[in-house]
Amino acid sequence: MVIKSRVIDASGFERTLTRLAHEILERNKGAETIALVGIRTRGEYLAKRLAAKLQEIEKKELRVGFLDITLYRDDLRDNPSQPILKGTDIAFDVTDKNIILIDDVLYTGRTVRAALDELVDLGRPASIQLAVLVDRGHRELPIKADFVGKNIPTSIGEEVRVLITEVDGEDAVIVVERGAN
Amino acid sequence: MPLASRHLLGLEGMSKNDIQLILDTATSFREVLERPIKKVPTLQGKTIVNLFFESSTRTRTSFELAERRLSADVVNFSAESSSVRKGETLKDTARNIEMMKIDMVVMRHAAAGAAHFLSNVIGANIINAGDGAHEHPTQALLDMYTIREKFGKLEGLNVCIIGDIAHSRVALSNIYGLKTMGVTVSVCGPKTLIPKEIERLGVDVFYRVEDAIKVVDVLNVLRIQLERQNRPYFPSLREYRQYFGITRERLDKAERPITILHPGPVNRDVELSADVADSEHSLILQQVLNGVAVRMAVLYLLGTGK
Repeated sequence: MVIKSRVIDASGFERTLTRLAHEILERNKGAETIALVGIRTRGEYLAKRLAAKLQEIEKKELRVGFLDITLYRDDLRDNPSQPILKGTDIAFDVTDKNIILIDDVLYTGRTVRAALDELVDLGRPASIQLAVLVDRGHRELPIKADFVGKNIPTSIGEEVRVLITEVDGEDAVIVVERGAN
Repeated sequence: MPLASRHLLGLEGMSKNDIQLILDTATSFREVLERPIKKVPTLQGKTIVNLFFESSTRTRTSFELAERRLSADVVNFSAESSSVRKGETLKDTARNIEMMKIDMVVMRHAAAGAAHFLSNVIGANIINAGDGAHEHPTQALLDMYTIREKFGKLEGLNVCIIGDIAHSRVALSNIYGLKTMGVTVSVCGPKTLIPKEIERLGVDVFYRVEDAIKVVDVLNVLRIQLERQNRPYFPSLREYRQYFGITRERLDKAERPITILHPGPVNRDVELSADVADSEHSLILQQVLNGVAVRMAVLYLLGTGK
């Protein structure tokens, strides 16, 4: 794999999450009404990390859930490799909560569209706010993040990968050529 | 990794990985069934026909629910109201249906091999919902799912299927599936209802319930088909109950609690006494719930991807 650039390293990763946590608290005037929902796979770990930070700041347990958006994807018909279901796991009622939806990279916006559809099938949240570690542009749907770790302008031929210790053994954000392994 | 076949005709020859994939996928759909809105858009735009040449209420209802909860369009076709009565062949019926641009067919038919035949004449994905005394794969999959949910595993368990083994597609599919998953399988029933040489499938045979009860974790109790009553497989229902009926008294002789499964509908106080059917060791209603999730999993795995 040819890494074109390492955009965020481990310490930058940590600082970015801390800043996102503070921004979320500021916007919502505390953690009282919020609940975190991470989009599997990487968003799940980001949600757990953010929850830990928010708890550290607010000294309060937070509700955290995970969303598997596979069943709501718009490319199931044509996708030759059938995604394995990891399951949605949201143990609380989303109705009347301010949901912070968390994903690693915001790109076309299609994943977020699927997540929004799934969330409103689970109940009627007071609001849904989107937090992403990286916004790389190239939207295909009118979707915008509320909290962005870092804006990384990219070309279509590039791919942004978020690495997380729990899955990849390190925390980093890298840019690679599309199709690299 | 998708399933090896684009049809579900039976569990004979299905790999352990494929069975595992179906059961794991069903777990996700069990969660969907607990939601306020029990419906996902996954099979939007797909059309599924339920082609039932034999009457069935629960299997057809379970499939139909599974299909609708995946947002597929559903057409029901049953023998009572169809052209089959007017003498149409299966092949012609199938071809007519195919011209209606159907994506998947769920079929029950009295002839063994009917689903296999259908998969050779039309292009849609075929799911066998029971073909004669051959296979009923989704029933066995939901039985396995229910057992796995209770015990947390399948491998190493001991399951006995009791009743009319000779005419049962549920028994055969269960034998194939359970054996693949590493379960010790036995069958039990009157000699007239146990096929000769069934041992060749790698199962033990018990002719006395008492012997089976000593060793098993799970008893899968088959329905005694009252419609077969005019044939001399056993002298009377009363005698069947006396020798093979699963009663509290018999189960109390086991050293550990035995989990009870039954594909339904139950003939209370024939193959299964009412108190056992309603006891905490009976998973009969759980099977019904899991049936919808397992069928959603099969439909999802066959109906998406290329």
